[in-house]
Amino acid sequence: MSETIATRAAYGETMAALAKDYPDVVVLDADLSGSTMSKKFADVCPERFFNIGIAEANMAGIAAGLATCGKHPFLHSFAMFATGRAWEQVRNSIAYPRLNVKVIGSHGGLSVGEDGATHQCLEDYAIMRAIPGMLVVSPCDGPSMRLATKALLNYEGPAYMRLGRLAVESVTDEIPGYRFELGRGFQLREGGDVTVIATGMMVQEAVKASDTLKAQGVSVRVIDMATIKPLDEEIVLKAARETGAIVTSEEATVLGGLGSAVCECVAASCPVPVVRHGVQDQFGRSGAAKQVLAAYGLTADGIINSVHKVLAMKR
Amino acid sequence: MTHPELALTAAKARLLGLDMVYRAASGHPGGSFSAMDLLTALYQNVMRIDPKNPQDPGRDRFVLSKGHCTPALYPTLALRGYFPLKDLQQFRSIHGQMSGHAEMHNIKGVDMSTGSLGQGISAAVGMALAGKMDGRSYRVYTMLGDGEIEEGQVWEAAMSAAKFKLDNLCAIVDINGLQIDGRTADVMPSEPLDQKWAAFGWHVILCDGHDYDAIEDAYTQAQSACGKPSVILAHTVKGKGVSYMEHSAGWHGKAPNAQQYHQGREELTGQIAQLARQAGRDPQAELAPVLAVLCDDKEGN
Ligand SMILES: Cc1ncc(C[n+]2csc(CCOP(=O)(O)OP(=O)(O)O)c2C)c(N)n1
Repeated sequence: MSETIATRAAYGETMAALAKDYPDVVVLDADLSGSTMSKKFADVCPERFFNIGIAEANMAGIAAGLATCGKHPFLHSFAMFATGRAWEQVRNSIAYPRLNVKVIGSHGGLSVGEDGATHQCLEDYAIMRAIPGMLVVSPCDGPSMRLATKALLNYEGPAYMRLGRLAVESVTDEIPGYRFELGRGFQLREGGDVTVIATGMMVQEAVKASDTLKAQGVSVRVIDMATIKPLDEEIVLKAARETGAIVTSEEATVLGGLGSAVCECVAASCPVPVVRHGVQDQFGRSGAAKQVLAAYGLTADGIINSVHKVLAMKR
Repeated sequence: MTHPELALTAAKARLLGLDMVYRAASGHPGGSFSAMDLLTALYQNVMRIDPKNPQDPGRDRFVLSKGHCTPALYPTLALRGYFPLKDLQQFRSIHGQMSGHAEMHNIKGVDMSTGSLGQGISAAVGMALAGKMDGRSYRVYTMLGDGEIEEGQVWEAAMSAAKFKLDNLCAIVDINGLQIDGRTADVMPSEPLDQKWAAFGWHVILCDGHDYDAIEDAYTQAQSACGKPSVILAHTVKGKGVSYMEHSAGWHGKAPNAQQYHQGREELTGQIAQLARQAGRDPQAELAPVLAVLCDDKEGN
């Protein structure tokens, strides 16, 4: 585990480094440019940065208009406000006209910590996934975030990407042959008894859980599902066939996000037991990030429990 | 309370707020300290409330639309008698209910859960509308930030309050001139605010948000407005009361380190002692209950 960096930092630095290569890219923020790290782009390219003030709905509409004129807007706020406050603008002004806008939501999930429930967005995967044609991307670490950012710069069409607040250990860079591709999951650990399909910072926890379980004689495959939509059905169905049981893990509500997407996929083509690890239809709460994550079971131990549960269901 | 007593109470609230943010190693001191005098006057002298009966349907109500300023609201409620000062130690902690943003079910005296900017004022409109429907005489107060009013929803709420002739509603805009990314005038210019609110059908009152004579006048004027809602445009200093926080956007949502905490604590303790003497009170007796709940050096960050 080489580098420890917040995905928002890796994102901001990549946007700044590539700013000159993508002259059509414009960056919008709603008074959170230091937190979302869009400020990194603003520092090198002030003429293509627009602070819209605390007005997320307006920002989404402005981004749509810019896109109709050939610009490539990346709009930024906390995940809560980028996807929540502006949801209907994203749906009707960005996704429906299939405009080339990237919605970037930082501080996703419970790891917002102390700010509490109003700022802990647990629904972004679900509500962005529900919009036709919307890509939903959630890289787990710095190296994969850099690649995802490049991929989004090259992708034409509406997309949502979640950035994380906390510094996280890198797990993808130690995997030989690792590559990032939009719409593709990537296997980080081989295993035959059960598969954990995780996204965002739950990937690191899944890897830890897999290593712990291996010592207990349980062989756990781990898949980093950096794109939640479109779902990589091939890798999911292969896991279902070969391991016969799946745990999904996300720092989000289990309703409508990665867990739901995986269930929909296996139910249609290869039914196997699935346990959805994540926030169980609850709001978050204030507390230090690590303590909040632990209180909701969003840890390697929580994943291990889910693995035991699904193994008991597997015949 | 007399005006020196209000100033004394606000200084205590600032010290408690500073301690909360230090202990939690997070939170929003800047906009809390700019709002403290306005909130103290409101809760101590203006609102008709009974801390022993926080759910009284006839009570005046307050919505902290800028819901991040809990280091102002929670100490104000505690000093008004809603809950013990000691409860503030749980601010933002997993071990208590003192949520980072205002929360109405677990914290006595909080009338509405807020935190997403622009939404609180709409809830306040709803409360005022219900008061009119039910023929009740309670009044509704809500406080917004001058950054917050960039949200379109604020102006939707403003239009609706005028339509429904909500003279039982009073909005207070804490104009400290700063938001997160810098000066409000640079991030999104919103002046002339007096003309904007007037054009939206509101009775506009200007005041210095740190001058208790002006604050008292403003609340009195708001109460006598007839047929339209009132807005108090209060000019304030972000970070007021702690020298290194004043006029600085950097202290919007940041906790002090140990050295900064002790400097701020010293400054505010000095202010409390001095204001106590001005109010004809014993400085030690005023300070003691506050100091008793502050961090000792082993706690906090
Ligand atoms: C809808 C929404 N967008 C963004 C935020 C993040 N945020 C919290 S405080 C703040 C700045 C508020 O500035 P202002 O209203 O001037 O508050 P004050 O200076 O009085 O603290 C922002 C952008 C939020 N809480 N809600």
